[in-house]
Amino acid sequence: MRKLISLSVLGCTMAMPAVASDWTHKDIADALHSIMEADRTVYTKLIVNRLQNQEKVIKASEHWKDDKALVLPAQMFRYGAEHVAEKGANFSYSLLSLWPVNKQNNAKTSVEKEGLKAVLGGDPYYKTEVLGGKKYFTAIYPDKAVAKACISCHNDHKDSPKKDFKMGDVMGGVVLRLPIK
Amino acid sequence: MARFVIRYRAWLVWLIASSALVAYFAYAIQTPEAARPFMPGKTTHAHHQIELQCMACHAEPFKGRAGIQEACLSCHAKELKAMDDSHPISKFTDPRNADTLAKLDARQCVSCHSEHKAEITRPMGVTLPDDFCVRCHADVDKERPSHKGMDFVSCATGGCHNFHDNRALYEDFLIKHGHGETVKTDAGLPERGLKEFMVYMEYLDGEPITAAQMDGRVELKPTPAVIQNWEHTAHAKAGVNCSACHQVKDKKTDQLVWLKKPDHQVCASCHQPEVDGFLAGMHGMRLKNGLSPMQPGMAEQPMKPSAAHKSLSCTSCHSAHSFDTRRAAVESCLSCHDDGHTRAYKSSKHFGLWHEEVKGRGAKGSGVSCATCHLPRVEFLTPEDEQRILVQHNQNDNLRPNEKMVRTVCLNCHGLQFSLDALADKKLVADNFRGVPKKQIESIRMALEAEQRGDARKADAVSDEE
Ligand code: HEC
Repeated sequence: MRKLISLSVLGCTMAMPAVASDWTHKDIADALHSIMEADRTVYTKLIVNRLQNQEKVIKASEHWKDDKALVLPAQMFRYGAEHVAEKGANFSYSLLSLWPVNKQNNAKTSVEKEGLKAVLGGDPYYKTEVLGGKKYFTAIYPDKAVAKACISCHNDHKDSPKKDFKMGDVMGGVVLRLPIK
Repeated sequence: MARFVIRYRAWLVWLIASSALVAYFAYAIQTPEAARPFMPGKTTHAHHQIELQCMACHAEPFKGRAGIQEACLSCHAKELKAMDDSHPISKFTDPRNADTLAKLDARQCVSCHSEHKAEITRPMGVTLPDDFCVRCHADVDKERPSHKGMDFVSCATGGCHNFHDNRALYEDFLIKHGHGETVKTDAGLPERGLKEFMVYMEYLDGEPITAAQMDGRVELKPTPAVIQNWEHTAHAKAGVNCSACHQVKDKKTDQLVWLKKPDHQVCASCHQPEVDGFLAGMHGMRLKNGLSPMQPGMAEQPMKPSAAHKSLSCTSCHSAHSFDTRRAAVESCLSCHDDGHTRAYKSSKHFGLWHEEVKGRGAKGSGVSCATCHLPRVEFLTPEDEQRILVQHNQNDNLRPNEKMVRTVCLNCHGLQFSLDALADKKLVADNFRGVPKKQIESIRMALEAEQRGDARKADAVSDEE
């Protein structure tokens, strides 16, 4: 019996992709984030900033369906995260801020609170945390105002607690969690 | 062997008896009528029609709650998506919400809508105390000072918020539509356009045909009345011949055979979303779940005794061949339904408008029938990803909470404030809207005030910069 168990354990380890052994949680988180950041920047610059701010042909709106408008960059990001969750991926991510327009995006766990402050300096922040009895590797990356659209929309939004964002400011953070076995 | 039997007699009796019991139970939960003695308690109004079809919800008994959740979603997922659910499951699966889940597991429908618990079931089949919002939104007054001192029982009952569907209640919607007029000057319903859609998609050429071109004369032997009825319908005018409905492929032989009485599945070959709606609602859910058709005699709502044994199908409201949508929009309903709201309809202003339209004196789309509100014309995204206006045949889709009617129905003719007020006035609803709403729902005023305060804040920010 014991032989059987050790054999199956061996089987499992062998079945695991080779990369898992030499990629740390930090490496995986950084790689995932680089894709998220690229997509987010491209959407904001090529779609929202170009069509709304430069060419002025269509607006972006929270109520894009009713207003027949573009999806906000933050919504684009969240719908992606929800899609990933629905597909059953075992990591999760969200876009949060210390000055959230949507209060659901406020820092909630102590790691989020500490991390969002830390990333204001411009560097990512890494920590492990326990949520609902499970352990996670949590990485938080600064989310910067990369286009005029970012700051004009937030500064003008009636629910925004901060009205003086400037270009290049860290407006919030991308929080990414990987479960630790 | 005999010694064995004698020695283990008691065990054998036990074994046979329990196997028989298990077999009987397994049979019962899969056989509607035999299931009655096993019902743990009355189900809600929503599910009573199918309550003896245990497998409709308990198909995966070994999956526990997850199995039930799958069953809930198999019928309700589409509508939750369409209503832009304010509390979708995906909001709660993120580990950062683990503490919220500990207060209320919003990933499971049954956390709030438990079945078979009549004693604690409240409107909308909710089995939590009225003030459940407090569990997660206790500090709402910090973010929204205007909410200070409000009772958590009033979040939903005050006409301001719903847990799932806030499409007509969200702040910016209230601001955009403001108070609005009581009755709009351009009141009226949107036009359906199935024929145009079918022609556009090249499913039909849409050329009208006449009695001379009918193709089922020999096989179906239609009476002169049937021929005349058909010739006056949209079917004849769009080139839909006898064979389109009466000729189907036999599943075994793969040959085309003539069918005397086509069922809803045949209608679905052109009217799929309409039939889906019918099967999802109170008229068709028994058919959908493999039971005999719904009959008014089985209903919990007051029905006319004379209609008790009518079986519901497409043609019970849209009589075959004439397919008179006007009859289906009023007279068909009135032939079964017998509650106060229905009985008051013919003396309502809405009916007055309908009467004028039917008599040809009112403009097209100006009348208000039963269907105008309960089987409304809605914008629908077809499986081909095309937008078309169709009749939502699930009368429960906008029924509870009734603010779900605002967008698809009321706003066609009325302003937002008047609509919200009228729907919140129970007596007015019962009397089929004779009179004016007594109370004003506060949400629009609050949203407009919040917006003004926001403007003031913005002005402050600007002057700070200077
Ligand atoms: C057209 C308006 C608009 C634009 C452009 C925009 N945002 Fe936002 N942003 C919002 C709104 C509204 C929310 C809240 C959305 C939600 O979660 O429902 C939000 C959310 C966020 C959040 C999460 C915290 C919060 O405020 O709720 C961050 C961080 C953020 N935006 C940063 C940015 C950055 C950086 C950019 C540019 C790359 C950007 N935004 C562009 C309107 C905008």
